[in-house]
Amino acid sequence: MSAPQSAALLKPLLTLAGVHTHIGAYHILHGVDLVVPRGQLTMLLGRNGAGKTTTLRTIMGLWQASQGRITFEDRDITATRTPQIAQGGIAYVPENMGIFADLTVRENMLLAARGARTAEAIDSKRLEWIFGLFPAIKKFWLHPAGLLSGGQKQMLAVARAIVEPRKLLLIDEPSKGLAPAIIQNMISAFRELKSTDTTILLVEQNFNFARQLGDTVAVMDDGRIVHSGAMAELAENEDLQQKLLGLSLAAHH
Amino acid sequence: MLMRLFSGDAPRSRVLTVLLVVTALGLALAPFILQGAKPLNVAAKICVFIVLVASFDLLLGYTGIVSFAHTMFFGIGAYGVAIALTRMGPNWGALAAGIAGSLALSLLLSLLIGLFSLRVRAIFYAMITLAVASAFQTLASQLSDFTGGEDGLNFKLPEVLTPGFSLSETPFLGVSLDGKLISYYLVFVASVVLFLLMLRVVNSPFGRVLQAIRENDFRAEALGYRTVVYRTLSNVLSAGFATLAGTLLALWLRYNGPDTSLSFEIMIDILLMVVIGGMGTMYGAVLGAALFIVAQNYLQDLMRLGSEALAGAGATALANLIHPDRWLLWLGVLFILSVYYFPTGIVGRLRKS
Amino acid sequence: MSTPAPPILLANEALPKAHLDRLPLLLAPALALLALPLIGSFPTWVTLTVAGLAMGMIIFIIASGLTLVFGLMDILNFGHGVFIALGAFLATAVLGSMADWTASTSLLVNLLAVLPAMIVAMGVAGAVGYAFERLIIRPVYGQHLKQILITMGGMIVGEELIKVIWGPQQIPLPLPGGFKGALLLGEAAVEKYRLVAVVIGLLVFAAMFWVLARTKLGLLIRAGVQDREMVESLGYRIERLFIGVFVAGSALAGLGGVMWGLYQQNVTPQMGAQVNVLIFIVIIIGGLGSTGGCFIGALLVGLLANYTGFLAPKVALFSNIGLMVLILLWRPQGLYPVAKR
Repeated sequence: MSAPQSAALLKPLLTLAGVHTHIGAYHILHGVDLVVPRGQLTMLLGRNGAGKTTTLRTIMGLWQASQGRITFEDRDITATRTPQIAQGGIAYVPENMGIFADLTVRENMLLAARGARTAEAIDSKRLEWIFGLFPAIKKFWLHPAGLLSGGQKQMLAVARAIVEPRKLLLIDEPSKGLAPAIIQNMISAFRELKSTDTTILLVEQNFNFARQLGDTVAVMDDGRIVHSGAMAELAENEDLQQKLLGLSLAAHH
Repeated sequence: MLMRLFSGDAPRSRVLTVLLVVTALGLALAPFILQGAKPLNVAAKICVFIVLVASFDLLLGYTGIVSFAHTMFFGIGAYGVAIALTRMGPNWGALAAGIAGSLALSLLLSLLIGLFSLRVRAIFYAMITLAVASAFQTLASQLSDFTGGEDGLNFKLPEVLTPGFSLSETPFLGVSLDGKLISYYLVFVASVVLFLLMLRVVNSPFGRVLQAIRENDFRAEALGYRTVVYRTLSNVLSAGFATLAGTLLALWLRYNGPDTSLSFEIMIDILLMVVIGGMGTMYGAVLGAALFIVAQNYLQDLMRLGSEALAGAGATALANLIHPDRWLLWLGVLFILSVYYFPTGIVGRLRKS
Repeated sequence: MSTPAPPILLANEALPKAHLDRLPLLLAPALALLALPLIGSFPTWVTLTVAGLAMGMIIFIIASGLTLVFGLMDILNFGHGVFIALGAFLATAVLGSMADWTASTSLLVNLLAVLPAMIVAMGVAGAVGYAFERLIIRPVYGQHLKQILITMGGMIVGEELIKVIWGPQQIPLPLPGGFKGALLLGEAAVEKYRLVAVVIGLLVFAAMFWVLARTKLGLLIRAGVQDREMVESLGYRIERLFIGVFVAGSALAGLGGVMWGLYQQNVTPQMGAQVNVLIFIVIIIGGLGSTGGCFIGALLVGLLANYTGFLAPKVALFSNIGLMVLILLWRPQGLYPVAKR
């Protein structure tokens, strides 16, 4: 990589400092400190219930942080409401994908394209690129999104997030419940996405998936970040993997 | 011993206790401390409405169900007595038949409505009960041979309860011991008994499950309570007590018509009384009913004075605003404010301090 | 590369085609056909059917706002009737002040008189709707119980305020000259006003359909009904949408009030509360949140009311409830339930 790129890579796009989140009586996040470097794909790993989804939702403003600070591009967005956060250039792909089942694929995409009044106004080059990444989108353009398969819905959800250039993508468990072949497709798509300098924060439980895509990794447990660093480092250290995630890479092929 | 009578449900506030005692004494001694027919009428109405509003609190405050069909059950009780006494003559048998018949009908209807609608969301249920109550009101005025239509039914009571009857020639403490007095005490004692019964219900294990369901029905279901059963039972009980309140009303008025017991305005009055008094407290029904009915009868006179004065001074718009017929306007405003600022009503407020 | 055109879908696509749920569309025609032999006389049937359609259209105009508000905001406004009554009373004021225009028998002149009445009614009802949403509803978002109570309270206050302004009695609202009377279609007498109501109703339905199906705003509303949170996550301020829909719903209720008042030829302060029951039945039948369902439900209710009014008047009010029960037994969530999150 070139020198300006490596310099830019050092600058965090998103920072969480000491973030706590309470949901009703439950204290889910206990002081999350997370740095998401610009232009990289950061993996957020951890067991079920570790607080990964809560972290994404807190960043997105869907849940309010009770303590701490969230900074995006030098702006404090801790108390910002969800629509404004999205308008600031953050796109969110939730665990349940958030597909509008009664609307067509076309309408789903149009909704996500804030700058376009009609589907024809969507940037055609970008759309072609998306069709290339996810052929199913083109194929079922006029079908109600609810009729798509699980994998296709997932792709639609990601496609929505990138229909217009975004600064940061928050993606929650995209590989969940998908067949291995589809997961491979998704990995290729994400690889291509990465080459466009998009910053991505991706939550995953599947370490194999994570290892192939992640540049940086952060591991959560009990509402805290218990490890962060380069993915390469974690991928080579089976003992560390065992300790943090309770698995070894060899067993997961 | 006293606590057992009240099923362990203490007022938990000194001011509240005082108010309740004053109300109870006032109602108990009403024939002796009040002069004239109108005040006694007000007192009897308060007794009846305490039972009616308490039964509504059982449904709304303790089970968390909004039903606009409550006046329907009230009306069934009133019409039951009215029709029985009209058709079968002024005797105790007829009265018993009227009460039994109306209770049976109410229990059946509430069971049906409950089973059908409680499977749906609260909002559906509210709308459906609204529709059913409206239909029932139309039905009552349409079946005029049976119900007396718009004019209603006038009837006579068994001899003991008629004004003509005298228990004794000599007045007691300045009050003649006639049938009217006996009727009043019949209404009063029945109301007290019914109220205490309802206190028993809400303070029993059954009542506690109802409250658990109100708070979080998923949780209750997960804990093994069949919420549909409990809700339906609550519906049925509430309807039953409302029906009995209706029978008492008819007994006192010796008249019943669609406007006396079935009108939507009464439904609104009940809502106001329970919200202002305090939902989920039972005692709120006592205070709410007493305050509301006294105000309804006497505040309106005050409004009339004010309105006439303003009209005389030329301020017609203002005069219109406080015209006694517009009393519901101010009540509505008070109601809205109560839902916001005093969601626990007067009783809740008193208990906090 | 030019803008990608929608692909032509081949007949042997693997995915099953989305089928339009057609069954409920047949209900209204089925009811009409069922009534024909019961009524016996064809001309009478035509008169009743047009009357039923007219009534149905007016009910649709009133109820459509309510069902959208519920679908989008999860708010049931028990005070919706207030806007109906308001619209009707405003119509008496506006039309009353244009007496010479309404006296004319020219349809055009009459329309020029009724149009301002409608615009005033819609404008004021919309403005009052805005205030209603801010003051009464907003503080109790998400609390269903309080919503029911408070909007009921709002209705009471609104009705009383109408009595303060216009008095508690019934006020006549005569039809303008050109609307009076009936046209003869063959042997059937069809009231002119009812035809006008049907036309207006269809126009409103068409406009709503166009907005919902063909504009981005409509897209937002349809998406918001399904998943509010996701719409916000896509960067739209759904609160503004809420208010807009609420105001539009209130304005439509005002319009409906004008038309209802003209249909009955009188207005009373209680008319809001009376129509409330009817529109609740309609939106339950249609499915809360579905405009199409509301349309069908309204037509069914209107037709049924007129048919039973002729065949068995005593049964009229129960016929609606009976219809509702039947439909709920068939489809417990209404004709077109909205697929939520």
